[in-house]
Amino acid sequence: MLTYAAKRLGLSVVIVSVAMALLFCMIYLVPGDPASVALGPRATEAMKEALRVRMGLDQPIWVQFWNFYSDAWRGDFGVEVLSERPVIDVVFEQLPYTLALIAGGITWSVGLGIPLGCWAAVKRGSFADRLVGVLSVAVIAIPSFVVAIYALLIFAVSLRWLPAIGAGEPGDLGDQLVHLILPSLAVGLGWVGYIARMVRASMLEVLETSHIRTARAFGLPEGLITYRYALTIAILPTVTLLGVGVGQMLSSAVFAEIVFARPGIGRLVYDAILTRNFPVVTGAVLVTTVFFVLVNLIADLVIGALDPRVRSSF
Amino acid sequence: MTVLTIRDLNVVFSTEAGPLHALKDVNFEVPERRIVGIVGESGCGKSTLINAILGLLADNGGVTGGSITFEGQTDLVGLSPDKMRALRGERISTVFQDPMGALNPVLSIGRQMVNIQYRSGLSRAEKEARAAEMLELVRIPDARAALSRFPHQFSGGMKQRIAIAMALMMEPALLIADEPTTALDATLEVATIELLKDLQEKIGCSVLFISHHLGVIAELCDEVVVMYAGEVVERGDVRSIFNDPRHPYTRRLLECDPARQSSRTRNLPTIPGEIPDLRARPRGCVFRPRCDLAVDTCADPQAERDLGGGHQARCQKAQGLTNTMAELGAAT
Repeated sequence: MLTYAAKRLGLSVVIVSVAMALLFCMIYLVPGDPASVALGPRATEAMKEALRVRMGLDQPIWVQFWNFYSDAWRGDFGVEVLSERPVIDVVFEQLPYTLALIAGGITWSVGLGIPLGCWAAVKRGSFADRLVGVLSVAVIAIPSFVVAIYALLIFAVSLRWLPAIGAGEPGDLGDQLVHLILPSLAVGLGWVGYIARMVRASMLEVLETSHIRTARAFGLPEGLITYRYALTIAILPTVTLLGVGVGQMLSSAVFAEIVFARPGIGRLVYDAILTRNFPVVTGAVLVTTVFFVLVNLIADLVIGALDPRVRSSF
Repeated sequence: MTVLTIRDLNVVFSTEAGPLHALKDVNFEVPERRIVGIVGESGCGKSTLINAILGLLADNGGVTGGSITFEGQTDLVGLSPDKMRALRGERISTVFQDPMGALNPVLSIGRQMVNIQYRSGLSRAEKEARAAEMLELVRIPDARAALSRFPHQFSGGMKQRIAIAMALMMEPALLIADEPTTALDATLEVATIELLKDLQEKIGCSVLFISHHLGVIAELCDEVVVMYAGEVVERGDVRSIFNDPRHPYTRRLLECDPARQSSRTRNLPTIPGEIPDLRARPRGCVFRPRCDLAVDTCADPQAERDLGGGHQARCQKAQGLTNTMAELGAAT
């Protein structure tokens, strides 16, 4: 297991490096001069030139790349254009809100998706199965910003059950959790459908295998067969899917954070793009990339923990 | 006393193309401490028979008639799922054909063997000790350590021995072995058969041994049931079946056994034709369309003819078909 984890971690470092190189290329290729954007239309040529030198933009591309690369590994993404605070501080200030939102989205999708998929597979062909099937497709089809707006209108505005905006009082965990319910539902609802469908399909496949037949032939209780013998295997593709799903949840987090006026990475990037605050965009994107790679690393480690065949193949 | 008595068993599956009569009027017994072999081509209903005994028929299938009496008193047909589950693994256990797929890939051998003993009331340590003892009995080296290993860490032959250990752990009255050696190579096959026979004597259970390998059946079994297209065409003790077969199908089947070929042949003999579509069974004898001895009256319903000594054949010519195995030059 340790070798597996070490190898998987090494692979993650490579992936982050490649992502950084791609990000650098994208920034370099984007038209427009960061210095003139930062200083506005009334800046003189000398002022722009001075800022370019300060930002290192006058140096050859490979020097710029190396500087970017070595700074990034040290967690130094430069300073925010307006306040001159270090970008990394600005990003880490916002990160917990987005992490909470994604965690909430995963909780919704796993907490509802896995039991529903499992139930549909066990009751295959029944009304419950068909209902889960229809509902899954329906929630997959609804874009998360639509879920966000309607959840806000129904539960916050009309019914007044839950708060409409903000992230809750700092330090008051209960209040923060209450503020998290609707935004995380907006982020996670589509994934309830994906996961329910995925779990149902792989459960049906696993329930047909001969080792499940063996377990039945040994008279094991159905509950043990369903949850311990079948679901442990059926869950594996879902864990991988969820690793990828976090990436998509990160993008729906942008909408949820804007609609519910929550702080967070999505909102930070959105505002930074509008104000051409490129160091913040770069820093936020890289931190998000690292987060995404980490989540997939965790997903692979979970699979390794669940499946001994994966452990020994590394 | 017989462990298993099957009387006039009929199993029908409903399919989109109409009802499929998978087992028709099946009769046979498994006496105590005996090994009964079931032989037949693929698709003859062997697997359906096992599933019917275990109460594990697919949802679209069901027993439409007859009885499966276990240990002289319990009729397994129509037994409640809970009572059936209580028998499975405890009094009736099974070794399946595919050792690669028959064990759960994500649970350790020990965990799976402990789970099987969930009704025993033993402590965890006692269950593990019992599991290790069984693994030793099937000659798994370092049995204690093997408990914490996973199926993919064993070879095919070892996995099949582990499956046998699991099946016999609860000392069942009946072991159903569904082609347990088909997926193994020839040397492992012999070793596994010997092990099975050895353990059967030690534990004193009966075995229902399913195979299409005639040599293995002849070697291992006391009695043989020959199945064709969901019917028992002939049954009797192993000597009668192999030396004095009376049903034309059994005779053709034995002729086709490669081990019986006395000289080098370019083409191995086969039985012309195919197993009939079970949705549209031929009238009368089920083998009639492929039988070269068929006459008009074979289209009438055929009863089992008693040939003495428990030897039965479902053929009206059975009494007349004597000693021709030798004449055919196929007897060895």
